[in-house]
Amino acid sequence: MLRYVLAILVLSTGVALAQSSIATLRGETPLTEEAEPPRMVPFADIGRQVRNYPEQPPVIPHDIDSYRIDLNSNKCLSCHARARTGESGAPMVSITHFMDREGQFRAAVTPRRYFCNQCHVAQHDLTPPVDNTFIDIDTLLSSEEAR
Amino acid sequence: MVELVRNYWRVIRSPSAYFSLGFLTIGGFLAGVIFWGGFNTALEATNTEAFCVSCHEMRDNVFQELKATVHYTNASGVRASCPDCHVPHEWTHKIARKVQASKEVWGAIFGTINTREKFQEHRLTLAIHEWSRLSANDSLECRNCHSAASMDITQQGPRAAQAHETFLLTGEKTCIDCHKGIAHQLPDMSSVPGWQ
Ligand code: HEC
Ligand code: HEC
Ligand code: HEC
Ligand code: HEC
Ligand code: HEC
Repeated sequence: MLRYVLAILVLSTGVALAQSSIATLRGETPLTEEAEPPRMVPFADIGRQVRNYPEQPPVIPHDIDSYRIDLNSNKCLSCHARARTGESGAPMVSITHFMDREGQFRAAVTPRRYFCNQCHVAQHDLTPPVDNTFIDIDTLLSSEEAR
Repeated sequence: MVELVRNYWRVIRSPSAYFSLGFLTIGGFLAGVIFWGGFNTALEATNTEAFCVSCHEMRDNVFQELKATVHYTNASGVRASCPDCHVPHEWTHKIARKVQASKEVWGAIFGTINTREKFQEHRLTLAIHEWSRLSANDSLECRNCHSAASMDITQQGPRAAQAHETFLLTGEKTCIDCHKGIAHQLPDMSSVPGWQ
């Protein structure tokens, strides 16, 4: 009798474990239902962030909700274009944004830099799901010297 | 004086072919009230969002786009409907806008914009109508809900506060100069100043 009870206990915890330990994006939602999407993280107003290396596209220090970039219009350039920065107070897109792939500087932002969100993201206050051991070059050099 | 009143009274009482002039005047007045009321009721009926989106040009294009914006869903649950932004409150302006709108209804019936592509083609013209109306009336429709005087600049984001302080409160610019495309997607903006 005891053996049966034990067996059932072991089996059922096994099933329970299997159910909760398989990590999928949809969680435990059955295939026939839609999983509840995670809540959107609001934009974090934590000031302008320092870049980790010179080539890094700076993260966007302001909300970009409802800013459309499409064939017809580019909301970002209505503030960040060279001619608009006087009024908007925004930093101009840097000269690399005018450079085509032959290294020529063009009169306007080149097509390969038109869709700003490909490289720039708005800031969020998040704990990264995967740890990162990156340290910037200054920290690396000074720890080198210390040694 | 008494004589004069009596004379008028006689004229008013004396029958026209079938009805007295008095009846005609008062009846006319009542009919006027009814028709006027009916006219205004019809005006009000066409002044609802349900009417605007009953034609598919509006439902499939601008209404779908509005749904994604802060004027349709937001934290406080207060929303703006089509006439809030598009129909002036003042009567003469309202009539003027309606007359203009009949042309748009004409457009719907004869299919000027009956596909998304055709709508996009006419979009710049339509948008320019709205922009020039709003810049001419100092963004009156926006200000029916948003009052510059009641805006607490200190509670706004730094970019908003800076722009409003230097250009809005000084009267140099009006809402629509800076806030194009807040309710719908924009047309081709390459010819519009400030965009590229
Ligand atoms: C209303 C004007 C406006 C619009 C629209 C706008 N920005 Fe900005 N942006 C600014 C201002 C002003 C700053 C500077 C903020 C500060 O210094 O804190 C800025 C800062 C930035 C920065 C940081 C630059 C740096 O050197 O740290 C990036 C990146 C940026 N914006 C990208 C974008 C992108 C991408 C979009 C479109 C999705 C956009 N911006 C739309 C006004 C604007
Ligand atoms: C292909 C990736 C890419 C795209 C697309 C792109 N950027 Fe950048 N952006 C960068 C990188 C990398 C930097 C930092 C190095 C540099 O200046 O080139 C940068 C820098 C910036 C800066 C800071 C300039 C400064 O001098 O501090 C601003 C502002 C900016 N980008 C805005 C924009 C806007 C607005 C758009 C869209 C029109 C855009 N970027 C599109 C990669 C990109
Ligand atoms: C019926 C009232 C009403 C009218 C008319 C109206 N608004 Fe709004 N507006 C609102 C409400 C409500 C909000 C959302 C407030 C909130 O965040 O909860 C809003 C938000 C905004 C925002 C903030 C957008 C954001 O992303 O936070 C801007 C900009 C704006 N309105 C501009 C305008 C302009 C320009 C007009 C005229 C074309 C206009 N509004 C007409 C009620 C109105
Ligand atoms: C000089 C340009 C300019 C004018 C004129 C202007 N705004 Fe703005 N407004 C901005 C900028 C820039 C922002 C911040 C960026 C954004 O929200 O895209 C902003 C933000 C806002 C916000 C959101 C504020 C916040 O921080 O949550 C509202 C609401 C708003 N504007 C309403 C209006 C109304 C209503 C008018 C007319 C009475 C008006 N604005 C006139 C430039 C302007
Ligand atoms: C918050 C204000 C607001 C609301 C609400 C609003 N509109 Fe608009 N609408 C505008 C503005 C401003 C323009 C001028 C173009 C632009 O800036 O996008 C416009 C333009 C248009 C145009 C011209 C074509 C275009 O896209 O430029 C049409 C048609 C239109 N609106 C229909 C509607 C209908 C139908 C509704 C209701 C479902 C509606 N609008 C609700 C503000 C509003």
